[in-house]
Amino acid sequence: MDFIFSHYNYWITIFLMMVGFYIVISRGNLIKKIIGLNIFQVSAFLLYISIGAVQGGAAPIITEGVELYSNPLPHVLILTAIVVGVATTALALALVVRIKESYGTIEEDEIHEHDHSL
Amino acid sequence: MIDIVINIVLLAFLAITAIAIVRMTNLFAIIMLFGIFSFLSAGLFVVMDAVDVAFTEAAVGAGISTVLMIATIALTKVQKEKHTGKHRPWLPLAVVIITGATLVYGTLDIPAFGDPEAPAQKHVAPYYIKQSIPDTGVPNVVTAVLASYRGFDTLGEVVVVFTAGIAVLLLIGGKRTKQSAIKKEREKDDT
Repeated sequence: MDFIFSHYNYWITIFLMMVGFYIVISRGNLIKKIIGLNIFQVSAFLLYISIGAVQGGAAPIITEGVELYSNPLPHVLILTAIVVGVATTALALALVVRIKESYGTIEEDEIHEHDHSL
Repeated sequence: MIDIVINIVLLAFLAITAIAIVRMTNLFAIIMLFGIFSFLSAGLFVVMDAVDVAFTEAAVGAGISTVLMIATIALTKVQKEKHTGKHRPWLPLAVVIITGATLVYGTLDIPAFGDPEAPAQKHVAPYYIKQSIPDTGVPNVVTAVLASYRGFDTLGEVVVVFTAGIAVLLLIGGKRTKQSAIKKEREKDDT
């Protein structure tokens, strides 16, 4: 039972990661694919923050009388990753807008058909 | 104890939201659910003491991402995901289950959640916590690492965001002749 509770975070994170992965490989709609990628990304953030968490620790802001802090390093890495993630999402969405203008659709199989009919 | 309960409940909510996103086909509803997903994860970051990450996720992940996605469905005028039923779900499902099982097998050796003696907690983190006030004078260790110890990494991040911004402007900024306008022009030439 203890083992389940101590690894519950990692398992749910892996479940979310696989849900995102499933959306990316099984759905043809490009906007939904991007949302799948974002879910995958958030689950990677959760994995890092879970590894950095310390039971009974405080947020890593130095205060008098507090001895135990959570690990600040994963927080820094994920802070950077969130901002870069939004930048790449914006780029992907801009590509979707352009694809819609050129092909008239954002469904993957219709884009393929369009390409092969040329 | 209470934060473990909140942790478990929020993670369960996240899993339910993710399943709802898979099953829905209305894009607007999917984007709203993704906003909820992002916000739940921000709450989870607070529970795990990552306050800086939490407010960045709430502002940038739940806020800006959602607005960008809504702008995209407004520009593309696509309301619903088409479900052709041509793809069989079994192959992706098998790939996902095998990958997930391998990853779960990998977690069996990971130290328990919140273990203060885990190797990740023993290496460089104590140095940053001990030295950030004498070195930089900033009490928030995350800020100290981000802006001082690892300032060049943050500069690199700014370069990435700048490049993405330029690429977006080149792709959809400025004036472009619409495909339909080009077609009309051609038809005019033909007649």
